[in-house]
Amino acid sequence: MSTAVAQPVDEVKSTPWSGGRSPFDVEYGKLMMWFFLLSDAFTFSTLLISYGALRFSAPTWPAPSLVFQSFPGLIEHGAPLVFVGLMTLILILSSVTMVLAVEAGHRNSKKEVLTWMLLTIVGGLMFLSCQALEWNHLHSEGFWWGHVPTVEVMKEFFRGNPSVSQMTMTSHQFANLFFTITGFHGFHVFSGVIINIIITINVLIGTYQKRGSYLMIEKVGLYWHFVDLVWVFVFTFFYLV
Amino acid sequence: MSTETTHVHADGAAHGEHEGMTKKRIMKVLYILLGITAFEFFIALVVAPHFPGAHWINPIYIVLTLLKAFYIVAYFMHLKFEKLDMALAIIVPILFIIGLILVLTNESHYWIDLRL
Repeated sequence: MSTAVAQPVDEVKSTPWSGGRSPFDVEYGKLMMWFFLLSDAFTFSTLLISYGALRFSAPTWPAPSLVFQSFPGLIEHGAPLVFVGLMTLILILSSVTMVLAVEAGHRNSKKEVLTWMLLTIVGGLMFLSCQALEWNHLHSEGFWWGHVPTVEVMKEFFRGNPSVSQMTMTSHQFANLFFTITGFHGFHVFSGVIINIIITINVLIGTYQKRGSYLMIEKVGLYWHFVDLVWVFVFTFFYLV
Repeated sequence: MSTETTHVHADGAAHGEHEGMTKKRIMKVLYILLGITAFEFFIALVVAPHFPGAHWINPIYIVLTLLKAFYIVAYFMHLKFEKLDMALAIIVPILFIIGLILVLTNESHYWIDLRL
């Protein structure tokens, strides 16, 4: 009676979640890079959301089109967003060269991977140089952590006619948040450039050729695209909004 | 049986890579990102000055930013071509950020009353 019902209770299941293999179908290091980036996304969100909350609660705020209207070394006034536009372009293009390096890696083309990685590093260094000029410009106007310009200079950054105490308070908040958040992002770009240089050296000496896989390029690629992703948000919330 | 599974698996992976990584598609995503950024500049430099104090401009920026973020994560970071389980493991925790945004923006409206 019951012998006829020989149900295969102990049949080995083979669903992705039955164990024995990665349910995500992703190599370990790549998965860990994703989870690191997830935690990094939380860090950046808390910074940007704190910025948003402080700005929402401020009666006035330095107008981006008045603060960021110079192209350091070329145009002193009247070029709003031009310099940051260049920085955004550089970072997007270096993201593209990174995807092209990953694409070349899939074809195991060492020479192409090398070319695209070098271009990505150049893009990162160009972005960092622009960032340095931008910081230097704001610093020369009097902005720094805990420092704001003199009242005469500060007035030029505000629309309407806010009181001096309001201008001083929000300029302090603006300066601290701007340097902290773009600094944290810039530090990520700097780390990315260092990592890219290390990986490029490995490509050069043939580490991945020997390994038979350029998966490492994908992992650093994820990090590099994340840096671009964060910049998209920093750009919107500091320069546009 | 195990060789068969490996074969099917490898086939699937190759297919996924092919779908995600062609140069043509990379360039298409580049043009989309540049186009969206150019549109943002157009709004900031041409449209916005005509509407001082308008409340509908910032939401446009935010939508365009999220659109750019989607293209970077989905195509450049390849998440669109990973398994659904993998994509959800990354995207679902991100949703918690929305909670913090709602709480803190709401709170900031009380702070401004305290300051004025």
